[in-house]
Amino acid sequence: MTTAALEVDGLRKAYAGRAVVDGLSLTLRPGTVLALLGPNGAGKTTTVEICEGFRTADAGTVRVLGLPPAESSLRARVGVMPQAGGAYPGLRCAEMLRLVASFSASPLDPDDLLERLGLSEVARTSYRRLSGGQQQRLSLALAVVGRPELVFLDEPTAGLDPAARRATWELVEALRRDGVSVLLTTHLMDEAERLADDVVIVDAGRVVATGTVAELTRTGAVGQLRFRATPGLDLEQLLTALPVGCTAKESPSGDYLVEGVVDPQLLAAVTAWSAGQGALATDLRVETRTLEDVFLDLTGRELRA
Amino acid sequence: MSTWSPGSLAPRPGAAPLRRMLSAQTTAELKLVLRNGEQVLLSLVIPLGLLVLLVLVPFVSVDGAVGRGARADFFVPGVLALAVMSTAFTGQAIAVGFERQYGVLKRLGATPLPRTVLLGAKTLAVLAVELLQVLLICAVGLALGWDPRGSVLQVLVLVVLGTAAFSGLGLLLGGTLRGLTTLAAANLLWFVLLVLGGVLFPLSAFGGAEPLLSLLPTAALSTGLRDVLDAGAGLGAREALALLVWAVISLGAASRLFRWE
Repeated sequence: MTTAALEVDGLRKAYAGRAVVDGLSLTLRPGTVLALLGPNGAGKTTTVEICEGFRTADAGTVRVLGLPPAESSLRARVGVMPQAGGAYPGLRCAEMLRLVASFSASPLDPDDLLERLGLSEVARTSYRRLSGGQQQRLSLALAVVGRPELVFLDEPTAGLDPAARRATWELVEALRRDGVSVLLTTHLMDEAERLADDVVIVDAGRVVATGTVAELTRTGAVGQLRFRATPGLDLEQLLTALPVGCTAKESPSGDYLVEGVVDPQLLAAVTAWSAGQGALATDLRVETRTLEDVFLDLTGRELRA
Repeated sequence: MSTWSPGSLAPRPGAAPLRRMLSAQTTAELKLVLRNGEQVLLSLVIPLGLLVLLVLVPFVSVDGAVGRGARADFFVPGVLALAVMSTAFTGQAIAVGFERQYGVLKRLGATPLPRTVLLGAKTLAVLAVELLQVLLICAVGLALGWDPRGSVLQVLVLVVLGTAAFSGLGLLLGGTLRGLTTLAAANLLWFVLLVLGGVLFPLSAFGGAEPLLSLLPTAALSTGLRDVLDAGAGLGAREALALLVWAVISLGAASRLFRWE
């Protein structure tokens, strides 16, 4: 079995007696993208910073590419995008990127990287004069310029406009395709759903759910089937035709809602029943759960408080 | 923006040779110092302006120094000490304080750049700025009638010891306090050490406090330089020892207490 790109087991960290990370475990498979998803204050950044070697754990083990996080040989193999800052305010955008590129043996071409991230026009602008979004993108460029095997991205798209977000997503997808392992933190559901192979949902320093996006949105899920038809159809008859555990109601008049495990059989039962009633079910739609719903179910709270 | 061709991001990890990192980081440090208006003011404009003023305008009387040449003989060594303090201590403390606050040191800590190479680059940049300062101060001094004596080697020993002591103090301050606090503290200490350091007027002006004050790093450096350059008296053991003790204590404390973020 190949070594995990990142293996965290039973990680604990407390500040002033308050547990910020409380027995967190996760595994990042090589060449995949793992999203650490959770609200602000869930312990995502603390977890990532322990993995990056910036903080020490109170308990638990962390192995980065099979090594302890503080191991100095990891610095050349791991790229890091911290949540904020991290550049000389007095250096120009391109100067900062070239400086960090010069620390690596075979870096990416800095000018090409700037161009692809839409930073060519501000290449000669000092870091302090870049907009927040431009600083974010430079920070992303700094994380990948050394051609690392593993990249940590802490809230990579926070505060980015849609175009910049798309450029960031494309870069993450290209990294994955080229075999780079990526751990990213986010509180954006669509980001996790689009980019991640595996999602680890954290809340209050603990893992509340883990799995692929498909697994998480499917397991234990109660699906919803909505449709419109003639008002006042016989729901009792429908319920006898549906699998046990399903519910059906009409509210408001003419709008029907069936809740249960939505599969082809359920759909067939509903359409057969409406045909039997001489009615045509229209506007038929299946609503699947999003990670947002999963998070709400697991924690009882909205992700973006 | 264009799409990434397959393989263009394939991992090829590895650190650059240390020499390349050192030269790149030193160049960046130098650019930052020379681009920073306050740093240039602190390390070049103020020392040179002060030198010209102190020599030309006799508002400070120096025993036995009559005439412009004799005044230059007294003030050039003090201004050299001031220049070393400004660059190695004040400038470095402020830079490091803000680099920590802005997360620059954290960011660099996540790159293949070893900390020793980072500190080496900072030291080389400080020495390069000091070289520039020394050349300009000596040129202005000579133009004002300065008549240096003594051994260049002994001057070098004192400047290196002074740089070590002030760098240690600068890293200690900048490595433990917040950016703005560092800025305030470093400027205040710069001013106090300027006044008490035998730069503006002789330490004898402080009467009985002189023996104690002469152990302050600026005073030890200015007195040591004056003994060599003005009196031609050779390297003072007391001054060299004082600087060495400051260097050992401050560098030791800095290496223990320095926080990278």
